Amino acid sequence: MSAHSHENCQALLGTLSEYIDGELPADLCKEIEKHLEGCENCRIVVNTTRRTIDLVQAPQQSEALPDDVRERLFKRLNLDTYLREKLSNGQGG
Amino acid sequence: MINSTTHEFSLEALRAGDRSEFARLVDAYSAPIYRLGLKMLSNPQDAEDVLQNTFLNALLHLADFEGRSSVSTWLYRIASNEALMLIRRKKANFSIEDMQPEDSDDEVMPETFVDWSLLPENELLSEEGKRAIDSAIKHLPESLRMVFILRDIEDLSIKETAEILNLSETNVKTRLLRARMALREKLSAYYGERNPRKEKE
Ligand SMILES: [Zn+2]
Repeated sequence: MSAHSHENCQALLGTLSEYIDGELPADLCKEIEKHLEGCENCRIVVNTTRRTIDLVQAPQQSEALPDDVRERLFKRLNLDTYLREKLSNGQGG
Repeated sequence: MINSTTHEFSLEALRAGDRSEFARLVDAYSAPIYRLGLKMLSNPQDAEDVLQNTFLNALLHLADFEGRSSVSTWLYRIASNEALMLIRRKKANFSIEDMQPEDSDDEVMPETFVDWSLLPENELLSEEGKRAIDSAIKHLPESLRMVFILRDIEDLSIKETAEILNLSETNVKTRLLRARMALREKLSAYYGERNPRKEKE
């Protein structure tokens, strides 16, 4: 174990989300980065938390509404007449 | 996720009962609302109920909608209420089914320190990997899951998430951190086993 203080790890954890989301002021970011240089565990937590968020977002973005679900929804809302007027959003076929 | 080009809807037309404008609204928001239902309830039939009830409710209350929040916030609020109501109803019916331990107010302390973040994408997002991600999300307590879905899956801001769920921004941030840490632990346990490089540098 290196000589870093465990209190700093705790403090980092408290601001982890905001740090990852880029919502912290620059001086605080610098402090955190300094701590990360000397603390492998915190570095791992930052890297893997970032990756976790990426991974969760990645598969979702392409998911469109299934056609049959859309059709039933439109019928339920008495919007049958608009079923065919789907906004063309660049999807082929 | 909603396309970043913001959808503009005429509130006037919507409130006046313009069907075509409402159809546009449905097309713009049905995918994210269906996805929210799927992630919250893990079941396509329930997700479809959430979706239909959300827009039926929206139709019913459109006249009362004063436009103090954005249409998007308003719709998400209806949708999240629908999802939570359905969960509660199902829990009343099948109380044993869902025995996930509700997280206490424990500090979120990371326990697994394996850096799997550089594993190749195709490995992380293999079919099995995706199932692990889904299962990790599914096992978050609802109060954390909803915040996580809105903020990290649908990419809404802390402020909008707070508005939708009627929570303070501080509360949203706390829940978001807990959710992220819980998922990180689960995924670390899963991917860590697949990571050949466990030793320290
Ligand atoms: Zn540290």
